[in-house]
Amino acid sequence: MSRPTKAPDKAPDRITTPITGGVGESPLRPDGTLKVKGEFAYSSDLWMDDMLWGATLRSPHPYARIVSIDLSGAWQTPGVHTVMTYDDVPGEKLFGLEHTDQPVMAHEVVRYQGEAVAIVAADHPETARRAVDKIVVEYEVLEPLTDAEEAVFATDAPTLHPGGNLVRHLPIRRGDQHATADVVVRGEYEVGMQDQAFLGPESGLAVPAEDGGVDLYIATQWLHVDQKQVAKCLGLPNDKVRLMLAGVGGAFGAREDLSMQVHASMLALRTGRPVKIVYSREESFFGHVHRHPAKLYYEHGATREGRLVYVKARMFLDGGAYASSTGAVVANAATLGVGPYEAPNVTIDCWGAYTNNPPCGAMRGFGAVQAAFAYESQMDRLAAELGLDPVEVRVRNAMAEGTTMPTGQVVDSAAPVAEMLRRVEAMPLPPAAPTDSYDLRELPGGVSNTTHGEGVVRGIGYGIGIKNVCFSEGFDDFSTARVRLEVIAGEPTAMVHTAAAEVGQGLVTVQAQIARTELGVERVTIHPADTQVGSGGSTSASRQTYMTGGAVKAACEKVRGLLLDIARERLHVEGQLHLDGGKIVSDRHGVLADLAEVLGDEVIDETVEWRHRPTEALDPTTGQGFAHVQYAFAVHRAVVDVDVDLGLVRVVALDCVQDVGKAINPDAVVGQIHGGSAQGLGLAVMEEIQVRDGKIRNPSFTDYLIPTILDMPPMKVDVLELADPHAPYGLRGVGEPPTISSTPAIVAAIRAATGLAIPRCPVRPEDITGTA
Amino acid sequence: MEFHKPRTWPEALAIKAEHPDATPIAGGTDVMVELNFDVHRPDVLIDLTEIAELREWFTVDGRYRVGSGVPYARIIDELGATLPGLAMASRTVGSPQIRNRGTVGGNLGAASPAGDAHPPLLAAGAEIEVASVRGTRLIPADEFYTGVKRNAMEPDELIAAFHISPADGPQQFAKIGTRNAMVIAVCSFGLALHPSTRTVGTGVGSAAPTPRRAADAEAFIAGELDWDSPLPLRDSVKRRFGELVAQSASPIDDVRGTAGYRQHALSVMARRTLGWAWDEYRRNR
Repeated sequence: MSRPTKAPDKAPDRITTPITGGVGESPLRPDGTLKVKGEFAYSSDLWMDDMLWGATLRSPHPYARIVSIDLSGAWQTPGVHTVMTYDDVPGEKLFGLEHTDQPVMAHEVVRYQGEAVAIVAADHPETARRAVDKIVVEYEVLEPLTDAEEAVFATDAPTLHPGGNLVRHLPIRRGDQHATADVVVRGEYEVGMQDQAFLGPESGLAVPAEDGGVDLYIATQWLHVDQKQVAKCLGLPNDKVRLMLAGVGGAFGAREDLSMQVHASMLALRTGRPVKIVYSREESFFGHVHRHPAKLYYEHGATREGRLVYVKARMFLDGGAYASSTGAVVANAATLGVGPYEAPNVTIDCWGAYTNNPPCGAMRGFGAVQAAFAYESQMDRLAAELGLDPVEVRVRNAMAEGTTMPTGQVVDSAAPVAEMLRRVEAMPLPPAAPTDSYDLRELPGGVSNTTHGEGVVRGIGYGIGIKNVCFSEGFDDFSTARVRLEVIAGEPTAMVHTAAAEVGQGLVTVQAQIARTELGVERVTIHPADTQVGSGGSTSASRQTYMTGGAVKAACEKVRGLLLDIARERLHVEGQLHLDGGKIVSDRHGVLADLAEVLGDEVIDETVEWRHRPTEALDPTTGQGFAHVQYAFAVHRAVVDVDVDLGLVRVVALDCVQDVGKAINPDAVVGQIHGGSAQGLGLAVMEEIQVRDGKIRNPSFTDYLIPTILDMPPMKVDVLELADPHAPYGLRGVGEPPTISSTPAIVAAIRAATGLAIPRCPVRPEDITGTA
Repeated sequence: MEFHKPRTWPEALAIKAEHPDATPIAGGTDVMVELNFDVHRPDVLIDLTEIAELREWFTVDGRYRVGSGVPYARIIDELGATLPGLAMASRTVGSPQIRNRGTVGGNLGAASPAGDAHPPLLAAGAEIEVASVRGTRLIPADEFYTGVKRNAMEPDELIAAFHISPADGPQQFAKIGTRNAMVIAVCSFGLALHPSTRTVGTGVGSAAPTPRRAADAEAFIAGELDWDSPLPLRDSVKRRFGELVAQSASPIDDVRGTAGYRQHALSVMARRTLGWAWDEYRRNR
């Protein structure tokens, strides 16, 4: 395979910073200090002296027909090297994760505000942006379709795609479809559109290669799925589109879809120059998919003792203009729609629809978040209806190992839902707010000085969530790991090479920990992630420690097997041997030799493709099937102080219990729980992309607010380690569950403080003060 | 773009006279954002950061003259004890980095209705000193703001300073944001008790095309307060004051909040801040 003639500055190097610990320890991550000091090289820092800068013209309209495009103003701008549109796409004109439905650039019609229409390469980013402004597009503006329910059911709705407006409808049917119950609670809920709000905007550098291909340095979540889509659009074989992972500044699902990958590559191949594209913060809000806003209609039937008899739900997820991963999000919302509870009779329908709203796709929690807000709100309603404690009603219905899910799947590893609820309930509560003094930083409104205690009411709420880990529904989900063991400067050194994307979660640290544990070596280096090795699968679905961690473990086991074969041969021993601290150790005779001595000049270099146990597709009419690999759970108890007069909220405590099977890196696990809880807090009280008539009203961090340190309380975190026998080391995916349960817990606490129904999140001051 | 970096104030005024369309820049927390977003591209930029006197404050005839280039962080540190209302507002400005750079002069120049410094300047009866090659004049704060992002300055003028009396009584400032730090005001309210004149000053932010005083509320409360034998304020008085403050506003629905919420929140902030200030006055007598 050809390599680029020259690597850009700020492309990632091999990680040689010593990572010290093994599995179950918490060594410092190699990127941590660099990031804190502002020295980490992100994709936006990539640089080549002869590079050009790309910029994108985007549609100002959510729905319009393109009458004409006049590129002459851009072409005439000094410094512009090329201008390209849909007509210039060399290969397939459409791409997409699950459905190939999204044009590389708009063709004849634009379906959302911000859709790419034309691209420009120029010798300066400002020149490129100005040239873009000189492109004149004549649009015939159409009335946008902005309601998912209408998109599916209204007979007069415009048809946005050839196959209609339905991306996926998944029904789940289990038990008696006509069951009745003594106690019935109903609710309609809404979840607003959340943004992943990663800190490193979309960016990358495409370098034309001598073989006619392209080397693309890119911040992404899945190099190989990008490679496949980019190659198709460029009309090139996969091996001529080589991807290298550049420094990723967060992802949370927003980097699963392509953004500027094809655009930069097209411009580079056309101009013969490296082309860099970096989105601005505002552009980023238009440059990636968001969390599906949802409308959910629920009905729970229960006995007078509070045992669920049935759950019925109709859910509508707004997928926006293009499908992205809407189909899989629908599957999660539907299959997890009852929550971590036993319900004998289930009737759920979930629809994912095309509209002219911003495209929605993957975001941490992926369908489970929307469902959890509704089913947890319902459990609180049921508790209130029965006069039961919210924890008690949940415990009475808690699923456990052996429970049959609404899909018919029997849960075959730990599901300690009742225990987790009891544990979080038993955690000490924060002290009551002092009555004789105040600290503004500890009051709703913070230093803005809106209360000194007046109007402040405390509330407590609980939320528990369930999430599937890894890819579901029969997807061939695998990760590849290459491990090379050799003696370098007298010291045995393992190199781990995968294509799995480190997006800030700590995967590179975990890879080194696993290699150190499995090979008993001190020194492990991590090769930059690229497409020279097989796919690592997506960094999503809480799957990388499970999958790429599993692959690294398997590759290490293979390398170790070969090494011990060599040892038996060279040392003339038989029986059980293992590796420890760079030594070959016999179970019976103790230390036999140095690993370095035995290995000598030999190099062991093995690549393993590793799969989790297979899953099945869901029956399309009943939603039955063994669809999920693993279930993961987190529970939160939120304590909030609400200024009921002003509608301002401060979360005082947000304590969490989560089962992680096995904490490979306990500090990183707790970090994930902190971060996930904070993202759920954002959805509860502030984070929403406000869309009106298909247009985003707040595409900036001035008005799209994410929590600060004054909004996020210190957390008590109780990590359980109940091994899953099907998973490597027994581990359970960690990243998503805390995002799912923290939102309903906080909203429940606000309800407890205010006595209001609050059927929608995020909760705005207007919702609490009746001034919406 | 023409870029000037005058070393002296007369030099700056001469440049402004020559280029009336020039945009002055101090902390850059507004101007640079607009430049970077390509919202505003002035032909001429005058960088005022080299002019030392703009970063000074001193006392003239018992009033402070605070240079337009004094950043919020220094107002908090150096003037917090004697200008408590302005200091409270300053603490709510952006992040520490922004407070180190941003200036009251910048707030005045931008004249955004959401500027945090405006309500305390209005409540305290501050005056804005503007200058040109033609001379210097003082504009009372409540005559300074003339429209959305417009002020009473002539094109050839620059903001030299603001004049403000040290607090003669308790002052308060409160601001609504939908998170507990680093927010642009949904609406805000500044209040100053003036025992020396037996008046109450107010300033309403982010709830009308301009920052403005709540004149009816000021008149009402002046008639209710017994400065000589101050009793706790009746709840009905505080509520009436709040209603009048809310009525003085003419807010709109926008991405940060509804008009209805702004009016409601102003009434709550007004009655609370009045109570805090009056209680402090009673305690300190």
